[in-house]
Amino acid sequence: MPVAGHIGQGPPPFFKRGPAPLARLLFFLALALLLMAADLRYPAIESVRTALAALLWPLQKIVMLPVQGAREAGVYFADIARLQQENEELRERQLAQANLLLRQAHLDGENRRLRALLDMGERLDVPAKAAEVLYAARDPFSRRIVIDRGLTHDVQAGQAVIDDVGVIGQVTRVFPLVSEVTLLTDKRQAISVQVARNGLRAVLTGAGSGAMELRYLPANAEVEPGDTLLTSGLDGVYPPGLPVARVMRVERDNAHSFARIECAPLAGVERQGQVLVLGKRVAPPLPEDAPEQPKQSGKGRKASTAR
Amino acid sequence: MIQPTHSSRRILLPARAWFIYFSLLAAFALNLAPLGRVPGIPDWLALALCFWCIHQPLKIGMGAGFFFGLAMDVALGSVMGQHAFAYVLLAYAAGGLARRVLWFPLAQQALHVLPLLLGAQLVMLTLRLATGAEFPGLAYFLSSLVAALLWHPLSYLLLLPQYRPVERDENRPI
Repeated sequence: MPVAGHIGQGPPPFFKRGPAPLARLLFFLALALLLMAADLRYPAIESVRTALAALLWPLQKIVMLPVQGAREAGVYFADIARLQQENEELRERQLAQANLLLRQAHLDGENRRLRALLDMGERLDVPAKAAEVLYAARDPFSRRIVIDRGLTHDVQAGQAVIDDVGVIGQVTRVFPLVSEVTLLTDKRQAISVQVARNGLRAVLTGAGSGAMELRYLPANAEVEPGDTLLTSGLDGVYPPGLPVARVMRVERDNAHSFARIECAPLAGVERQGQVLVLGKRVAPPLPEDAPEQPKQSGKGRKASTAR
Repeated sequence: MIQPTHSSRRILLPARAWFIYFSLLAAFALNLAPLGRVPGIPDWLALALCFWCIHQPLKIGMGAGFFFGLAMDVALGSVMGQHAFAYVLLAYAAGGLARRVLWFPLAQQALHVLPLLLGAQLVMLTLRLATGAEFPGLAYFLSSLVAALLWHPLSYLLLLPQYRPVERDENRPI
């Protein structure tokens, strides 16, 4: 390196390292903070994320191969006896449900005729498509899973996701081939529910670590441990009547204005397997000459803030 | 530029830029493995970034930390800029400690690295709690402990290409 040639022209290139480290640090930190604020406030950055995620997808796919291979090998070597037993159980359950299933079409028709007779709005059918849970997202601060249906399969953000027992969550981010489902147990997820026993409406939110909490009910609200919570359908996201959670513990303390009600999800929210993505729910139109809506009926609208 | 290892008399070959980036990319790919919410899986990318910032502070630094952090944010679905923020800080701290850390034996180097990694995790935790996420439990910090334990084998692995025999050269006696 001809150091001598640089004498008189400033420092030799060995010492030229661009801006000072502290300046660079501050620049990058400011940039990161700016991005974070933009991501939390404006939805525009989501499209950038989708594009970048599409670029990263091949790499993700390659990394997923060995893990999936190991899982499939585990399934392959599973005990045949266990599989046979499971098969037997499934067949029994199917037989037990056959009665309901066979009458379903008949009941649907009857329900439609009766609703027409009573001049009520028709219940809208919700189409559904099956999806497989690929993995749980690794972000430890939220509860999300990734399913193998995306933009190319017509999945949209906001669709409800259920399994064979009840509601799991809601699609919050859609990528070309996969989409991200925020589970009900996520702290920023809320759902409008109804107590099955008496029709009391409330908002259920995630409480972290796999639990949920029924919020904003007065201390003397009529909720007992063991009550089942169903979706109320008021939020316009989840169809009404789907099982969501069971009340585990009710703490009535008159010092607080609200009761503390802990619930546990019914569906296998934290387990993996097959799920069903329900089609986007179209809210039934309001009657034309409806009188001015009272303010309270907007309570359920608060649910379904998704992230 | 040939640099001596600090604890032995052995002279290492210069690190190749492509190998540095390849190892960072491999660490990123390892981070993408769909292992779910198992606690104690180290953040490979943070570890590799820390390693190169300490060993080659002139070649790798905050810029790489920022871009790999953004890639992590996209891949994991966390808030944009969360990993970038933490990795930039990590790269800065590791670069600042670079001249000191390498004079220690490997076990004590790991003790230097542990607070750096824990600090990066703490930064991410603070950022996310400030934006209303849930606390993931103390097991979250287990991954930094595991990563610090891996410092010793990782040092050998990542320095391996620099230990390769020097090419035969007629004009040079060594």
